[in-house]
Amino acid sequence: MMKRLIAVWHARNLEFLRDRPTLVFTLLLPLGVVIGMGFIFGGPPRPLFKVGLLGTGAASAANPFLHERYVQFVPMHDQSTALYEVSHQRIDLLLDLDGGARYWVNTDSPKGYIVEKLLIAADPGARRQPVTGQAIRYVDWLFPGILGMNMMFSCLFGVGYVVLRYRKSGFLKRLHATPLTAFEFLSAQVLSRLSLIVFVTVLLYAAIGTMIHFHSAGSIALLFLLVVIGSLSMIALGLTIAARFASEELVVGLLNLLTWPMMLLSGVWFSIEGSPRWVQWVADILPLTQVIDAARAVMLDGAGIQRITPNLIYLTVTTLVFLAFGAWSFRWRID
Amino acid sequence: MPESAPILEVRELVKQYPGVTAVDGVSFAVPEGTCFGLLGPNGAGKTTTIEIMEGILPPTAGEVRYRGEPVGTRFREEAGILFQKTALQDFLSVRQSVALFRGLYQRGLDVDEVLQLCALEKLASRDNRKLSGGQQQRLLLAIALVNDPKVLFLDEPTTGLDPQARRNFWELVESIKARRKTIILTTHYMEEAQLLCDEIAIMDHGHIIARGEPQRLLREHFAEVLLELPRQEFTEVARRLPLKVIEASDRVEISTHDLDGTLRALIEARVPLRNLRIRPANLEDLFLDLTGKELRA
Repeated sequence: MMKRLIAVWHARNLEFLRDRPTLVFTLLLPLGVVIGMGFIFGGPPRPLFKVGLLGTGAASAANPFLHERYVQFVPMHDQSTALYEVSHQRIDLLLDLDGGARYWVNTDSPKGYIVEKLLIAADPGARRQPVTGQAIRYVDWLFPGILGMNMMFSCLFGVGYVVLRYRKSGFLKRLHATPLTAFEFLSAQVLSRLSLIVFVTVLLYAAIGTMIHFHSAGSIALLFLLVVIGSLSMIALGLTIAARFASEELVVGLLNLLTWPMMLLSGVWFSIEGSPRWVQWVADILPLTQVIDAARAVMLDGAGIQRITPNLIYLTVTTLVFLAFGAWSFRWRID
Repeated sequence: MPESAPILEVRELVKQYPGVTAVDGVSFAVPEGTCFGLLGPNGAGKTTTIEIMEGILPPTAGEVRYRGEPVGTRFREEAGILFQKTALQDFLSVRQSVALFRGLYQRGLDVDEVLQLCALEKLASRDNRKLSGGQQQRLLLAIALVNDPKVLFLDEPTTGLDPQARRNFWELVESIKARRKTIILTTHYMEEAQLLCDEIAIMDHGHIIARGEPQRLLREHFAEVLLELPRQEFTEVARRLPLKVIEASDRVEISTHDLDGTLRALIEARVPLRNLRIRPANLEDLFLDLTGKELRA
């Protein structure tokens, strides 16, 4: 069994590596992500500190703190939104000058600490208000989502489409005439794709991580395990779609049907907390939600294996279910 | 003829598609070490029959037995298959394509040995998509031979090849025959069947309409010679003669034991003989005789 699996795995790897346009695209897409991140979060020196301003009272302009250099002041209107920005370190401090200076600062933020000293030096009467919530940079919060999204696209399209192509060309029919089993064939496809995705993800992690000065709070080995199991689950999901159909339109449609909800609901770009319960329920079913949730826990909160065990179990079980379903419903030829 | 037990047995095979019965109660047995030909026009049910035998298609009814057992794992290890149309994996060289399939079998020939057998050594490193029709067919044959099969299925292996490539392919098949392999061949080239097959079954509309050794079938269905005349020269008077006449699209064929008597009768009926051809019957004639149709019409 292993010999047959290795033969198909090896041939698939050769095909992928020699298909230059696809190879270049597979590597360029993540590179584009890296460059995009660099464009958004890099660039020329900016003001060192960002302070949100609530209220527009006449007293404001007179406050000496507003004349500090290297501080950017951003007018804000909604206090609760502004507080969220403080807790997520998108701004370093929030100041309300109406009726005596009050301010909110995230005590975990080094920049908040310094800008607070500047404020007190300029206006000793300012009163600090408590802020709850954990401090994280938005870019740090986004990073696991971007990695997960890239994995998802590569998993679903990279496998689903290839198997469809093999079926349409009749190559699968030829393989069917050999002792190769559906399970062996599918496993070889999964492993070939898995090695590529793990490689690209490690590369992306290193490149983006360096660029945004990201340091994972948790174990890198645990993250690696999560990438492997998460990829397996999503590749296997792609296989369930590719297992039987022969129409490109249908397969692409179904793949889109899977990728879009994951793009929107799995928390790649924004948290869906506060959404209706059914939306959260749908989100929790999606493998990408489990991957990103666990990745954030490890990378941002330094969570250990215990915290993400439910995610890993969910991803392992879905891998097996998807693979079994794929092998069961697999069609070698177009009927 | 069968000296040994059949390696393959087909019993009452039926394959139905919505509205069509492609194969309708076909039975035959193939002795080990022989070449068995399935002949017939396009749509006769040859490919459907051979694909059921290969285990690719499930039959609607009936069964196929390999060495007395239902087709299973052992069959897959021991069968070599060349489909009518096969796509290979892109971006692989000739050698890598063969090696991929070699990896799928427990036992078989060395990749180099197979390449040599199919005259592919010089093409070993070429991309499998950059081969001529004849080279492509030789590669597919090499893949079919990579597990050193006991039984080899060739589904219309020379369709679309030029005459030279076809002749080369026949030589290859004869060298494989010499290794005592059992071969199941479908074709609509009668010459191919006559040259390669020990036994043939002629199919039409999903039925076997004749079966046996090619020469014996010809002897049974035909007198020694065929007289061929252009259709327009075969007069009304001649049509009333007591002759065995087969009508083809552009000619008539008269089959006879008594060449002298038939010629005399034609002269008396004032049939012009300047375009007359006399030749022995072949399988094309047999098919025409059996079905009233030309094979490649």
